[in-house]
Amino acid sequence: MTSGPYLDLFLHFAALSLLAIGGALGTMPEMHRYLVDQRGWLTDAQFTDAVVIAQAAPGPNILFVTVLGWQAAGLPGAIAATVGLLLPSSVATFWGWRLARTRDGTPLVRAIRLGLSPIAIGLTAAAGWLVASNINGTQWPLWAVTVVSGVLVLRTRLNLLWLVGAGALLGALGLVG
Amino acid sequence: MNGRPLPAGRSAADPGAVSTPDSALQLFLVLSGLALRGFGGVMPWAQRVLVEERRWMTREDFVEVLAFAQLLPGPNICNLAIMVGDRWFGWRGAVAALGGLLAAPVVLVLSATVLVGQVADEPMTRRVLAGMGAAAGGMLLATAIKLAGVHRGRWGWLGFGLLSFAAVGLLRWPLAQVLALLAPVAVAAAWFLQRHEERVQRAVRAAASPGEAVSDAAVARAAAASGGSDSNPERSAEPRDPAAPR
Repeated sequence: MTSGPYLDLFLHFAALSLLAIGGALGTMPEMHRYLVDQRGWLTDAQFTDAVVIAQAAPGPNILFVTVLGWQAAGLPGAIAATVGLLLPSSVATFWGWRLARTRDGTPLVRAIRLGLSPIAIGLTAAAGWLVASNINGTQWPLWAVTVVSGVLVLRTRLNLLWLVGAGALLGALGLVG
Repeated sequence: MNGRPLPAGRSAADPGAVSTPDSALQLFLVLSGLALRGFGGVMPWAQRVLVEERRWMTREDFVEVLAFAQLLPGPNICNLAIMVGDRWFGWRGAVAALGGLLAAPVVLVLSATVLVGQVADEPMTRRVLAGMGAAAGGMLLATAIKLAGVHRGRWGWLGFGLLSFAAVGLLRWPLAQVLALLAPVAVAAAWFLQRHEERVQRAVRAAASPGEAVSDAAVARAAAASGGSDSNPERSAEPRDPAAPR
């Protein structure tokens, strides 16, 4: 394989990085269009598996990008995709945040903080809803796992790992899934 | 160490946080630890570890950083790590936090890719992944409900949260358009809400001066006197204060 695919991957994901407003999951359809439809580097099944694996494995869900790069072009592909997706947005975040903090306390910055706060909370809920509704579909036992897990997080200080472990166990026993 | 006093000059920025990280290395290790526990999403763990376990941030700090992380381009949790790291150790902290967040999970996720590749079509694999994902979804939803607690005292404000949830979560509209539409409206509304709350605060202070009962007249007088000026933004007049930590 020449350097072509790696450079293409890097540049395409670097451009997506700056479009990933509000989180990188929103860029997923565009990645599908590029990797599966346009380039044919991945099958549909490989694409969905990457998302499920990254969601199930520990760590940021954004690592589905690493898996996509791996499946498209091996380890160099994984590096190209991950660095490409993270570098531009990280630099923008670093300087953007510093700029915002130097103006801390001005009425405009306080209005931005107060105004964005409920939106941030709503988008977190939307992420939870997307994960739950995609996985659970119409299966009520899975929804029960979601509800019980949520209530336990709200009402107890139970280690969150137990909740995920319990979900895996219920799946392994064939009680859900 | 937990319980270490805040360095001078930090107290204004971190009114409720009671501890700070010792070094960029500790930041790297703590972020690694929470990332490795983050099945199905790291954000719930970031909130629990940084706010509840380490007490490096107040809940208000966390929501504020989260809001910026979501406004700026890029993965929210990575942006959050960069801001959290920069807060204490500058760019070295940002690199340490982001590196901690990613290093070990990258190795694990690629190992998992190879392993799952062998058994991807087994029904058992599908069921286990579904069970874990279902629990993870509940954790994310509960985290959002917990964070909503910072707006105690102005629950109506969460209407913007419901709108963003409905647009992105239920209707699955493209996020960029939703933000372009909703964020300016919410910020403008916040601007006017702040001015209003500052006016009320001044009125209450004026009314509480000796020999004067709190009355509508006093409030009106104070509001008129303030002239809606924003030239005196005092800490006590901030709308964030009614949402003081537990």
